[in-house]
Amino acid sequence: MTSTTSLLRFATAGSVDDGKSTLVGRLLHDSKSVLADQLEAVSLASRSRGREGPDLALLTDGLRAEREQGITIDVAYRYFATPRRRFILADTPGHVQYTRNMVTGASTAELAIILVDARAGVVEQTRRHAAVAALLRVPHVVLAVNKMDLVGHAEAVFARTAEEFTAYATRLGVPEVTAIPVSALHGDNVVEPSRHMDWYGGPTVLEHLETVPVASDPSADPARLPVQYVIRPQTPEHPDYRGYAGRIASGVLRVGDPVTVLPSGLTSTITGIDVLGRSVAEAWAPQSVTVLLADALDISRGDLITPTATAPATTREITATVCHLHERPLTPGARVLLKHTTRTVKAVVRDIPSRLTLEDLSHHASPGMLTTNDIGRVLVRTAEPLPVDAYADGRHTGSFLLLDPSDGSTLTAGMAER
Amino acid sequence: MTTATSAARDTYALSHLDVLESEAVHIVREVAGEFERPVILFSGGKDSAVMLHLALKAFAPAPPPFALLHVDTGHNFPEVLEYRDRTVARHGLRLYVASVQEYIDGGLLRERADGTRNPLQTVPLTDTIRLERFDAVLGGGRRDEEKARAKERVFSLRDEFSAWDPRRQRPELWQLYNGRHAPGEHVRVFPLSNWTELDVWQYIAREGIELPAIYYAHEREVFRRSGMWLAPGEWGGPREEEAVERRLVRYRTVGDMSCTGAVDSGATTVAEVIAEIAASRLTERGATRADDKLSEAAMEDRKREGYF
Repeated sequence: MTSTTSLLRFATAGSVDDGKSTLVGRLLHDSKSVLADQLEAVSLASRSRGREGPDLALLTDGLRAEREQGITIDVAYRYFATPRRRFILADTPGHVQYTRNMVTGASTAELAIILVDARAGVVEQTRRHAAVAALLRVPHVVLAVNKMDLVGHAEAVFARTAEEFTAYATRLGVPEVTAIPVSALHGDNVVEPSRHMDWYGGPTVLEHLETVPVASDPSADPARLPVQYVIRPQTPEHPDYRGYAGRIASGVLRVGDPVTVLPSGLTSTITGIDVLGRSVAEAWAPQSVTVLLADALDISRGDLITPTATAPATTREITATVCHLHERPLTPGARVLLKHTTRTVKAVVRDIPSRLTLEDLSHHASPGMLTTNDIGRVLVRTAEPLPVDAYADGRHTGSFLLLDPSDGSTLTAGMAER
Repeated sequence: MTTATSAARDTYALSHLDVLESEAVHIVREVAGEFERPVILFSGGKDSAVMLHLALKAFAPAPPPFALLHVDTGHNFPEVLEYRDRTVARHGLRLYVASVQEYIDGGLLRERADGTRNPLQTVPLTDTIRLERFDAVLGGGRRDEEKARAKERVFSLRDEFSAWDPRRQRPELWQLYNGRHAPGEHVRVFPLSNWTELDVWQYIAREGIELPAIYYAHEREVFRRSGMWLAPGEWGGPREEEAVERRLVRYRTVGDMSCTGAVDSGATTVAEVIAEIAASRLTERGATRADDKLSEAAMEDRKREGYF
C-alpha cells in the first residue's frame, strides 16, 4: 500500500437476521483483515458458546454485554485496507431501539450498506434505514440483497427488490443507489464474484467500495473555517504572530481571499495559509490549517472565517430535523446548550411541530415530546446569532448538538433546514 | 459526472494519512480550546510519540499547551526512559511522572503474584489526574488494538473514580466532540482512534519521527514464556526452568517489561518494519501482550477501572 491510498468511511445497517454480521465478517475475513490470533480468539469463544464454526459476529461485538446477549448494542468501528483503499467501517445495530446508533454511524459515512433478506425483500426496517441514510445525506447507498442462495439465485427476486428499494430511496432524495445480489454465508459477490449469478454483471461489494468516488469536488462548495484556537507564540522569534487554527469544514480557501468573520462581521484578507508546517496558496476541506490575516482583528474560538462573497447569514432561529438520543425526553420550553462547530451557546426549544415515522415518512403533528430514537422537527432559539448553513449544503456547518446544561449530556443531534 | 469534476476531484484528493492527520490535529486542538488543564499520556511508545508529534505540529510555531504524564511501572526498558527524557528536554516540555514503584514501596499497592505491573498503573494514574486536577488526558489508544477499544469514544467521559461505563457513553456524531464534564470528572481523549498499526508506522516513515531503539531489530537475551520472548530483568524473569538465549528481536509495543514480549525480527529500518507488519498474521497485542490474554474481556475490565 502506498501513502497515496485514499480513505473511505462507510456504515452498515441491518440486523443479525439479515446476515449483517456475516457480511461484515466475510468482508474482513476475505480481504485478509482478520489476523490469526483474532480468529483463534473468535473460534475459542464460539466453541465455549456451543457453536460449530467460528461465529464472525464475535469479531465486532466487543463488549461483555453484547457477547452475553448475542446482540450488537453500540457502534463498532472496524479498520481494514486493500491495496487500493483504506476503510473505516461503522458497524451499526439495525433494530428500531438503536436508531440513534445508526444515525451516529451515518453522520460520518460517505457510503451506507443497507442489507435485506432476499426472501423478505424491502421491509419496514429497510425503509427506516433508507430514511436515516437520506436524512443524514450519505452520498452513496448500497443495497445488499443477501441470502440469494435461499431464493435459488433468481434474478427476478433481486430485480424486484432492487427496483422497489431504488424507487423508495430516490423519493427520499438519496442521490445514488447501487444494488448487489450477495450470499454472505457463501461469499458470493462479497469479495469474489459469484459463480451462481451469471446474470449479474456489476461489481462485488468490495470492488464497489474500492472504486466509488470518495469525496465530492470541494471547489463547488462555499468555504467555511470554524476557528478552534488562536495561536500566539509571543516569543522573540514570533513576537506578533497570530494564526487562526481550524479544520476547513467545506470549500477551498486561498491566499488573497477577502474574508468576513462571523458573527462579528469584521472583514480582512487572507495573507497566509499553513497546512501543518507547509505554507500553501490554497487549502481545502477537510484539511487542518492555520490562517493568517492582514489585519489584527478580535477573533477567538467559535468564530467563523469565510470568504466575503459566500458568507452565510447569521440567525437566532433554527428549524431543524433532529434525532433524539438521550433517555430523558426533549420537550418544548427545554433550556439547553447548542453546540455548533466550535461554538456552544444557550438555547431554548421553542416548539416541536412534528414527529416523523421513518417507516412511512408520515408526520405526527404536535407530539408534545421526543423520546429516545425519535426523529422530529424542532424550532430552536439561540441566545446569540450563529452562522448556520442548511445541512443539505454543509454537513459540518449545518449540524449541531443539544446538550443538557446541568450535566453536559448529549441530548439531541440536529440538522438545520433551509 | 463531468470530466471537469473528475479533474477537480484529483486536484483536491488527499491521502489516507493526510485525512487521519487532519482529523487527529482537529481533535488535539479541540482539547486545547475546551479544557483548562490538559495533559498528554506519554509512555515513550510509538503511539504517544506520534501524538506528541501531532501536538507539536498543531500549535507551531507556538509550543503545545500540554504537559506530559508518564506512568512509570518501575520495570521500563532503559532505552525507553532515555528516549523519554531526551524528547522532553528537546522540546522544553514539562513531565509529570506517576510511579508504581513508589506506591509499592509506600505499601499503597501490592506486587502481583505473576509480577505483572501493567494492571498496577491504574491507581497512580488516577491519583495523579485527581491531584494535579487534569481535566483532559490525551492517550494514544487506537480502536483497532482491541475489541473493547473498538467501542471507545474519541472524547470519553470518566467519573471521579476514572471509571468507564460502556453503556453510558455519549453518542459522538459528525466531528462534534462533547467535552462537558462536572468538577472532579475528566475526559480521556484518543486522537488516534481511527489509526491502525500500519498507519502509525507509515506516518512515522513519512514524518521521520524518532523512536526508542527497541522498536528495531537488535540482539537481546530473551527467554520463552506463554509463547512470547521476554527480556530478563529486575522484575523477576527468568524462572529456573526458563532458558535464556540470545536472539535477533524487536518490540511491536512498549509497556512494562514483565508482560511485553519481543518478536523475532531482522527489521532494522522503518521500511523493513512496515513490510514486516504488512505480512504479519498476528495483531500487535496478540503477539506481544500477556495482559490481554487473561480473559475475553480483560481490556474492558481494566478500562472500566480507569486504565488507559
